[in-house]
Amino acid sequence: MKRRIRLFSRFERLWHWSQAFLIIGMLITGFELHGTYTLLGYRTAAEVHVACAVALMTVWVFAIFWHIITGEWRQYIPTTRKLNAIIYFYTRGIFRGDPHPFRPTRGRKHNPLQLLAYLVFNTVVSPTIWITGLLYLSIQLADSMIPIPLSVVAPIHVAAAYATATFLLAHVYMITTGRSVFQHLKAMITGFKTVEVDPEPVADALPERTLGTGR
Amino acid sequence: MLSSTMRFRSERDGYARYSPSVVIVALWVANLPGAIETARAEPESAHETTSTANHREFEELQGSFESGPQVTQACLECHTEAAKQVQDTVHWTWSFEHPDTGQQLGKRHVVNSFCSNVRANEPRCTSCHNGYGWDDASFDFADETLVDCLSCHDTTGTYTKAPKRAGRVLEEKVRVHGKTLKPPNLGHVARNVGAPSIETCGSCHFNGGGGDGSKHGDLDSSLLDAPYELSVHMSPEGAGMGCSDCHVTRGHDMAGGRYDMTARDQIGTGHPGHRRAAATCESCHGLQPHDGSFYIATTLNQHSDRVACQTCHIPKIARGGVSTKTFWDWSKAGRLDEGGRPIHEKNENGRTTYWSRWGEIRWDENYRPSYAWFDGDVRYTLPTDRIDPNEVVPINFFSGDHDDPDARIWPFKIMRGRQPYDAERQRLAMMHLFGDGGTAYWKNLEWKPAIEAAMEAADLPFSGKVGFVDTKMYWAVTHMVAPADQALSCKSCHSKSSVLSELGGFYMPARDAHGLIDLIGRLALAAVALAVLVHGGLRIRYHLGRRRR
Repeated sequence: MKRRIRLFSRFERLWHWSQAFLIIGMLITGFELHGTYTLLGYRTAAEVHVACAVALMTVWVFAIFWHIITGEWRQYIPTTRKLNAIIYFYTRGIFRGDPHPFRPTRGRKHNPLQLLAYLVFNTVVSPTIWITGLLYLSIQLADSMIPIPLSVVAPIHVAAAYATATFLLAHVYMITTGRSVFQHLKAMITGFKTVEVDPEPVADALPERTLGTGR
Repeated sequence: MLSSTMRFRSERDGYARYSPSVVIVALWVANLPGAIETARAEPESAHETTSTANHREFEELQGSFESGPQVTQACLECHTEAAKQVQDTVHWTWSFEHPDTGQQLGKRHVVNSFCSNVRANEPRCTSCHNGYGWDDASFDFADETLVDCLSCHDTTGTYTKAPKRAGRVLEEKVRVHGKTLKPPNLGHVARNVGAPSIETCGSCHFNGGGGDGSKHGDLDSSLLDAPYELSVHMSPEGAGMGCSDCHVTRGHDMAGGRYDMTARDQIGTGHPGHRRAAATCESCHGLQPHDGSFYIATTLNQHSDRVACQTCHIPKIARGGVSTKTFWDWSKAGRLDEGGRPIHEKNENGRTTYWSRWGEIRWDENYRPSYAWFDGDVRYTLPTDRIDPNEVVPINFFSGDHDDPDARIWPFKIMRGRQPYDAERQRLAMMHLFGDGGTAYWKNLEWKPAIEAAMEAADLPFSGKVGFVDTKMYWAVTHMVAPADQALSCKSCHSKSSVLSELGGFYMPARDAHGLIDLIGRLALAAVALAVLVHGGLRIRYHLGRRRR
């Protein structure tokens, strides 16, 4: 039986897309500031990079607040349940046209593999780039206040940027692996997704009622 | 423009009964934007108008004067302390004991990489001394009447010192380098004294090192009536400032100087009661000189803690169309043509590239300075210091690095060359170049007697063995400040081809990268891209395969 469910609230979509554009903007300008290529010019690149950073920090403040208040943070509690089934799907099943073993619900939007990737991104990569970015900015704007030299801060910031770019590349590819190429993308734009509703949902690790509506 | 503006002012003051429409017409005629420009440049003429004394009316200055010292005596009748003040300055002593290093510096003591030394060559060199008759070491530095007031205070442009007579006033007409010099009317000059101008300072400081612009690379005759692009400060279209607007003088002692520089001014404009005599950029522009958006202004102001203003705002050396010497090889001097005559070769700008008396010279203009961390304390390799002839001998040097709070990145002209040294004692040699004595190199083209004589005059030992050694000398670039839009851009430094590529010890975005992190990062990206291609390709293949079935 198929059902069209609302998967992503308006806030989540706004958060996702503003974050997506800001991160892409920061990657493009950031690697220019790293000297990888010339695009906007150094001064403009620096201004855009910092403007995006301030905007993204603001978005994050709202997002963290939203996750705490709505309880949606529980989406990121890791699980290994059915992880093997997911890995099997992406390495074998997907080529045979098997159905995806994970059925997203409002209570569990991310499959266990996806969840692990997001968890690493949100708890390791992002904090690293934010902390080093703020240190970077404070060294730039108020030199001697921070005892850590740029020669330590900058390479870590760059390393986290490479990790972000790698994540982004993988993420963009993974959204094409839906039932159709654009199924996941559409869901993140409209908020709705047509899913199989099984008598026995495969991956509902948490009862839906413990979560807020997030609307 | 000046005259029309001033006429407008006097009309308004004198004919107040004119109706407003007349004033408006007058404003239109006077071209108001221009009038504002003129008002900004006004301090230049204020020197004259604000003075409380008219020297033309002074009894002491009437009539004619026979000699320079006679004029000085007249000056000292009223300015009783002036000569004493002058005699305390480096302009008089040509001697400077460095307060931080203790080194005895000054033109009288150091060797440079141009004509090397004053000692033994006095009558020529001291034509730029603000005194009369410094012929040799016996000159009486305490004689007040020997102070030359007019060399700095002439406003007529007619005061001329003889080029080869130890600073004495020119007494007869001579031709020097194609220009005719006429002896001045000392009475006329004395009755028209005033504050120093770009011309008076430039008459010496533009011509050091053997001709216009030779020595400094940021001081030459192009600064007379400079275009705005050359100097926003000294151009009449800019701030219209003179030398002493920055080189502020207290009791004849001028702020600024090359031996003990303020590489990083942390005081800025200061408060009432603070210092007034400072030649730093910050003493006028303050410590937060950049404006604009918060981010850009803060970033640039932060840069000025570590980067001298001059580094970005004087993007090139010798920008005024007058070239400067960059290389002087004395070891090539002495070559004669087949007829045994001296050789004199010039480049397309008419500047000497070879002369039997000088050796080989190279010139350059409008070129990128060299950059170095500089703490302001300049040390010299003195003729008493042992040198390593296998290395390039630094005629002067300094310290400074990223973590030295007194140091900043400064632009320098580096003057290179080869000059004589005592090959046995391994010391820089002084040379007797000018003069009629039997030993002067410019007479005989013989090194040994020339060096022997100079070393003896300086009371220094000499083995008699002459060698030539590679040298370099640093000249901090600080004049000819360009308009802001011609300053170095961010990318000038922040790129793989950074103009600061030689400076180490700190991380500079875009110039620097951690090689291993870049490698791992690129490999990770490439691996994911490859995985995407393979996985995506397989998906398409199997998908098409299923459809066919």
